[in-house]
This record gives sequence, structure tokens and C-alpha cells, in this order.
Amino acid sequence: MDETRIQDRSGAGEPSIAELGERPPTHERAIKGGVHTKRIHDSGVKHVSGAARYVDDEPELPGTLQIYIAMSEKAHARIVSLDVSKVRDVPGVACVLTANDIPGQNDYSPVFGDDPIFPQTSGPEALVQYVGQPIFAVAAETIDLARRAAKLAIVEYEELPAAITIEQALAAAGEAGHDLLDPHEMRIGDVDAALEGAPHRVLGRVAVGGQDHFYLEGQIAYSIPLEDGDVLVRSSTQHPSEVQHNVAKMLGVPDHAVTVEVRRMGGGFGGKESQPALFAAVTALAAVKTGRPVKCRLDRDDDMEMTGKRHEVTINYAVGFSGNGRIAAGDFSHLVRCGYSRDLSAAIADRAMFHADNAYSLPAARILSRRLKTHTVSNTAFRGFGGPQGMVGIERVMDRIAFETGIDPLDVRKVNLYPSFDSDRAPGVTPYHMPVTDSIIAELVEELEVTSGYRARREAIRQFNAQSPVLKKGLALTPVKFGISFTTSHLNQAGALVHVYKDGSVHLNHGGTEMGQGLFVKVAQVVAEEFQIDIEKVKITATTTAKVPNTSATAASSGSDLNGMAAQAAARTIKNRLIDYACGRYHVPEEQVVFAANRVLIGNEEKRFADLVGEAYLARISLSSTGFYATPDIHYDRESASGQPFYYFAYGAACSEVVIDMLTGEYKLLRADILHDCGTSLNPAIDRGQIEGGFIQGMGWLTMEELWWDDKGRLKTHAPSTYKIPTANDRPDDLRIAIWEKGENRSDTIYRSKAVGEPPFMLAISVFSALTDAVIAAGDGKAFPDLDAPATPERVLKAVEGVRG
Amino acid sequence: MNVTLSINGRYHTLDIDPRTSLLDACRDHLALTGSKKGCDHGQCGACTMLVNGRRINSCLTLAVMHENDTITTVEGLGTAENLHPMQAAFVEHDGYQCGYCTPGQIVSAVGMLGEIGDGWPSHVTKDIKTGTELSGDEIRERMSGNLCRCSAYPNIVDAIETAAGKTKEPA
Repeated sequence: MDETRIQDRSGAGEPSIAELGERPPTHERAIKGGVHTKRIHDSGVKHVSGAARYVDDEPELPGTLQIYIAMSEKAHARIVSLDVSKVRDVPGVACVLTANDIPGQNDYSPVFGDDPIFPQTSGPEALVQYVGQPIFAVAAETIDLARRAAKLAIVEYEELPAAITIEQALAAAGEAGHDLLDPHEMRIGDVDAALEGAPHRVLGRVAVGGQDHFYLEGQIAYSIPLEDGDVLVRSSTQHPSEVQHNVAKMLGVPDHAVTVEVRRMGGGFGGKESQPALFAAVTALAAVKTGRPVKCRLDRDDDMEMTGKRHEVTINYAVGFSGNGRIAAGDFSHLVRCGYSRDLSAAIADRAMFHADNAYSLPAARILSRRLKTHTVSNTAFRGFGGPQGMVGIERVMDRIAFETGIDPLDVRKVNLYPSFDSDRAPGVTPYHMPVTDSIIAELVEELEVTSGYRARREAIRQFNAQSPVLKKGLALTPVKFGISFTTSHLNQAGALVHVYKDGSVHLNHGGTEMGQGLFVKVAQVVAEEFQIDIEKVKITATTTAKVPNTSATAASSGSDLNGMAAQAAARTIKNRLIDYACGRYHVPEEQVVFAANRVLIGNEEKRFADLVGEAYLARISLSSTGFYATPDIHYDRESASGQPFYYFAYGAACSEVVIDMLTGEYKLLRADILHDCGTSLNPAIDRGQIEGGFIQGMGWLTMEELWWDDKGRLKTHAPSTYKIPTANDRPDDLRIAIWEKGENRSDTIYRSKAVGEPPFMLAISVFSALTDAVIAAGDGKAFPDLDAPATPERVLKAVEGVRG
Repeated sequence: MNVTLSINGRYHTLDIDPRTSLLDACRDHLALTGSKKGCDHGQCGACTMLVNGRRINSCLTLAVMHENDTITTVEGLGTAENLHPMQAAFVEHDGYQCGYCTPGQIVSAVGMLGEIGDGWPSHVTKDIKTGTELSGDEIRERMSGNLCRCSAYPNIVDAIETAAGKTKEPA
């Protein structure tokens, strides 16, 4: 970094402007790390050298206490008595926390106020509702001591009937007379008449399992007590503002008394949106009570038992269609397993409905969603936020129609796609009455069909299957259309804070959080581009509620869209001040002040960016600004289930080929071809990583990741020994990924890029459909398989046996 | 009890509970926080270290068992200013996203190449008599004990191939 000539009280008197410009500007053609370049992740070198610090890597302050959270052993029970006196007596235990210790609200929920930090110890709210629910916490000198002391507690339960499965939840809802959340319905056209009038009709059901986030860095929070009873919390969270608010409301203090900071997470995937508030609250409470720093770092098994997961959903469908596979009407019902509390389930179940059409124009549709209560952990956000479950429903319908009509599944899909934005046909309208005016899916699918060699491979697979008695191959090409924006409209806002220091270096802060997705580097690229300075001059800093307030979660794929725009606005404000200064000082019109690579052209002069900044400082120009962005043109009326909830759609398609072993049910993904639309990508290297990672994570969800509870509601798959996520060996041998070169966002997003965090996850539905295709082949095309997700080898084997009669 | 460990070329004498894992000894007592605690069960690989050149899940071994061993953590492979070829290859290929598994992946990859070099067979080795050849299949099989939830696997495998001298252009 250049040294500045400007020193306060240097004794050298006022520096003159002439002194500043003693070095001439350099003449690079372009800055390093501008937008649209394959810039590496800003933490790359720190990642590989072990220097990147996560919450658990920060040096602990002297006197730091460690927290162990004791969990319920019952799925649904009244707490008759809770005796923690023996726990308190253990030497080295600093405090034991129960509901009675909470000065403010005993709740860490994001919306509905129904997630107690600890259950009450007596009365009607002395209730546990899932195995793993926190009951009390122990803060001690070491985690080992805290864990051992907690075992001395005596908890007396009176067990109550528990609903664990969706079937039990339906029965319990029937008895109670209501669901956990009210049902919601979307409707377009006259579904009953269209179903009645359609030449063909089928009914079916597909069950889709949940998914554990398995972020490699588990949940963690570290609270440091400050003066005035304030607290600083380092939290591994996607949502610092919500953690701040939940800690404050628990302590009974204003939000301004709590600061939440996060530099980076070791993975989030949605699991660090609403969940981290619990651990932040428990550590903050202990910190305030003891006056000592407090850490809570969950053990992996405890994390998997205690925290929410992707929603399991069962989808029933009835669909009417014509002989060429064109759908006349689709009737879907979603049975959503929410767990014990509401959490974000309303918005998640809504998003499943918003994606029940995927990329297909349905002339008539009805989507009914029921949100059911089970006595299991409260399910929560996970990459795709319900969208993937919704899409599996309609993709199953496509495979089913293909089976019934004998038409190739790709042709069934193609005949139903939303018309292209530039076609002669009127835009299709979604079941929530939003015209799809930016569809490129038909062209994208067409291109992937060619580049993946779909038709030739279909024929080769037909021949292979005809002569292969045990191994059967399957092929599927499926599209993705994913709506971008928080469907809760007010969340679509973001703030940023940019400082330019007098040496020309830049400090960047915004409300988005870094969980590995490359948000920080993308936003830094935007700021570098705006000022036309090399990206090394832009310092990326930890997200903190003290710099940018009232932020939304880094979620819904919106990070770059929202924070990129906010940071650009902040940078533009400062840049405009610099332009105004230069115009006044050098008597040139505005258009003659041009920011080029690391320099500024002012009329016939040019100077280094740092020198113009130095001059502006001496001229007492403010070099710091906030920036703000609110997504325009979005609205949604939940009463009528209609509106424009999304600013735009992201598109993609994938073609997967699998082979199954009919004797064991084992299978392998042989090849996957992906074509994905990132608009005009801000950073093709980062986006490619999101596409690959999303696809493989989605494949894990639909094939191998199985959550299994016993009839007592105990999760038995609570460690990597029993819960299998994809390994290096599970990626397909032949994986061909391309970013769609023609991509350009029709909406006015940051440099016309498109969000990329979630959409590629759903490309993995092609693997599920390819497995379905292979199972159909195993039955010689005589029967359609009831294959549910995850399609584990056991389920594939069962499906094979089913189609072979 | 007292234990003296040789880590990254330096001797450290620690007074620790004999039940302290090698991982906790490094993280909690020596400020070597590069190795991560992902599962603490030896199932995710984030804590991988080299002990006498062989990779080991440092969460599953006690520090006191390694008095006379040579231990290498990710910090000992290279620094930001002077990266080990494996670290440099991971940067070149974006072999990470969130970075939490990365130190374990890199240390594991260095150890794994040593195993192939020494002719250790794996599950996918076609003929154990003729020795082991470095291939994508071998790398994927041998690296399957290092989980990456971001699924940066394609780039991880490319990076390892590059570091092993099988040049591959970054995608």
C-alpha cells in the first residue's frame, strides 16, 4: 500500500496539493479483480495455510467459561421436576442456567415466539417437545467438566403422546382440529373442470426426506461481557441482526446493547439462519451473569440432535394431460413436516408452493400446503428453502406422464416449458399469477440437449439395457427455474458502509455474511470496479451489527444482489463527492472526470486515485458513506395468493446418467452435464464452485442422506458414521459444467448478474429422475416405480422388486 | 502430566491432562488452530495431521502417545508467503469454499501422495502386485475420508492432480 504524505500534526505544516502528486499514475489497461473476472476467493491463501480464523480459532480471553447444554431425552413430556442442585455444587461449575434465570423473553424464535431457550421448570409450559431440546445449561471451567456435571441433574418426565411421522402428525392435527400453521392454497384456472376434461389423468405420491446441514463448522457462539451490561457476541451466523435482537430480547435490553460479529462461517446452507440465536443467547446470558467470557461450541452429535433440518415433505398429485404430454391441470398437496415449532416453516412451505410448477406453464393448477406439527426438532431453512421439495413433485409428474404416454421424458418436459421471453407466445403465468417474462429455459434446455448428446445417449442406453441382464442405465434431463427474492418482501433490503482512507485504501463493510459462497470477494469486486482500483486496495471486513444495522439474513441466494447494490451505492456516493471536488478545483465539467484503472483523468490531467483522495481530504470532503438498496417492483398478497414475489428467475438444466445394480440396488452416477444461467456472472470461478457444490449437495439429499428417527423420536443418524454425505468418491467421474454464455439478467441487478447460491442445488433432481428411469428399465418398462427420496440403495432395490412384480 | 512434542520442526513441552487429544493439544495449548474440529469422531477428516509422514485423525489420538514422533500440521507445510505446492495448487484451483475442511484436505492429500509413492494399495487399485498408479480414481477413493460439505470435490481433485505433477489447467 502506498504511504500517505498526509500526517496529522506532523510539524511540516499544511501539505500542499503539489506534494501529493509527486509520483505519476501507472497506466494499466484494467484493474485487478474487477467484475466479471475469475478472482479467487479473498480468503483462499488463509484457507490453505490454516490462517483463516473461525469463531473457535480466535484466542480465548482469560477466564473463558465453556457451556454444555443438557437435552431432553423425551419426544413429548411434561417436566414434573428439574433438580440441578447437585450440578451447581460441582467445583469448577460457574453457573447453571434454567428458564428461571432469563431476565427478558424466554424465546429465540425468528418470527412466532414459540422456541423457548429452556422450558419452564414448572407449570403448563414445563414441557419438552423433542428429543434433544435444550433443558438447562452448565457453564464451567472446561467443557468436559460442564458435561460431566450436567449428568448429575435429576429430570422427572411425565410422557405425553408424541407424533413423529407425517402420518402421526396428520392424525394428531385431526384430533387437535388445527395444523401447526394454517394451510395455504394457490390456485389458477378451473382445476376440477380441466382435470375432468383432460384426455388422460393420473394420481400419485412421492415422499421426500429431510437433510441435515452438516456444516463442517458446527454451531458456535462466544460472548464477551462489556460495561453497562452490554455484550459482544461472536456468532457463526447467517443472520447477525436476528441474533442481536434475540439476545437483546432475552436479556431484556435494547438492541443497541448487543453487538454481533461474524467474519466467516465454516458453512451455513441455511442452518445458521435461525438456529444460532439459541447458542448466542445462552452464552450471552452466562456472560452477563458471571461477568466472564463464555463459549458454546456444540459437539457434532449434539448439533445434529438439537438443531433443525430441511423439511420432509410428502406430495400427492393428480394431473390431467393430453396425448402429447401437455399438462391441462395439476393438483398438488404438500404435507410438510415442520417439527415442534413454527420457525421459518410458513415461508419455507410457501416457497415449496412457489416452485410446484418449476419451469412448466400450468394452464390450471391448485397447490394446497399443510404445515404439520411433529414432536421432532423444528425444521428450518436449507439451501432452496422448500423450493427443491416443490420441484421434486412436478418432476415426478413429468416422469409419470412420459411413462403413461410412452413419450421421451425430455419431450414431455419440453412441451410444457414456460415460453421464452422473446417468443411469439404470450408469457406463461405461475400458479401465483405472476407472468414469467424472462424465461430462457427452452433455449437453455435445447442447448444442453445438444451438448450432452442426449438423443444418441438415449439410444445407446436403450441398447445397453436390452442386452444387460443385471445392470440397467437411466438418463434424465431436467430444468430448473428458481425465483429470486425473499418472498417476505420487506426483507429485500441491504446496507453497506464504505470508508476511503486518505492513503487511497478502502474499507468495505456490508450486512451480508461469508459462509464460503464468495460473497465478500464479489462485493469487493463491485467496489473495486466502481472506484477503478485494484481489489487489493479494498479491505474486506467482518460483518457486524455495529457498522450496518437491521440487515436481513444472508439467504435466499440474495447476498450479492442486495449487498452488491448497497456497496455500489455507498461507493458511488463517495465517488460523486470526488467528482464534484475535482470539477470545482480544476474547473472541468463532470464528464471530464473519468475514473480509469488506478487513476483519475481530470480534463487533460491525470492523477493517481490515492492523490485525488488525499486532495479531497485536505479540502475537507467526507470520504465515508453508507449505501442502501431495496429491491424494486416486488409484492405479494398472501390473502389472494397472487403477486410478483420475485424480481427475476434463475434458470439451469442438468442431464444425468446413472447405472443401477438390480441385485443390490447400488448405483453410480456416471456422468452429469450442467448448463446454468448466472446472468452476466460477477465471478465465473466462484459461480462455478456454487454450481458444482450445489449439484453434489442436492445429489446427497436425493440419494444418500437419510435421517432416521426411531418410534421414540430419537434421531439415530446423528453423526457422520450413520449419516452419509457425499465424499470425493461420490462426484460423477464425468462432470461437465458450463455457465450459459448468453446469460444476461433482464432485470437491473448488479452488473446484470444472477443469484447462484441455491438454484444449482435443484439440478440434482436429474439424478433422481435418472434413477427412476433406470428402475423403469429394470422392470422392462411395464410399471412405474414408487421411488421415494432419498433413493438409497435399499429404496432402489425395493423399487426394482416392485416393478418386477 | 508433562509431554514434549515435536511439531512443525519445533519442540513444545506441555503440561496436559493425559486424556488430551493431539488435536486439542495443538488447538487449545499451542494456538495451532489450523487443524479443525469437525466431528471429533475421526469421521470427517478436518483434523488430519501428519505423524512421521503418515496422515492421522488427530482427534482420535492422545497427545501423550506422540512424544517421539514428528508431527506436521497445516501450519508446518507452508505459510502464506511460502506455500507448499499442495497449498498453492488448492489456491490455483479454488479447492475450497468455506475453507473449514481445507487444512485437513491438504494435509491428507500430502500424506496420501506419500502412500501412493510407497506403493500402498487401496480399494480401487486394479492389481496390487504391479503397484499403485496415481489416477483420479485413486485420489477420490483415498480422499473419501475427508468430507467437504460445500462439495468442492472437483476442484480438490484437480488441485491434488496438479500438485502431484499431473498438470491440469484450472477450470
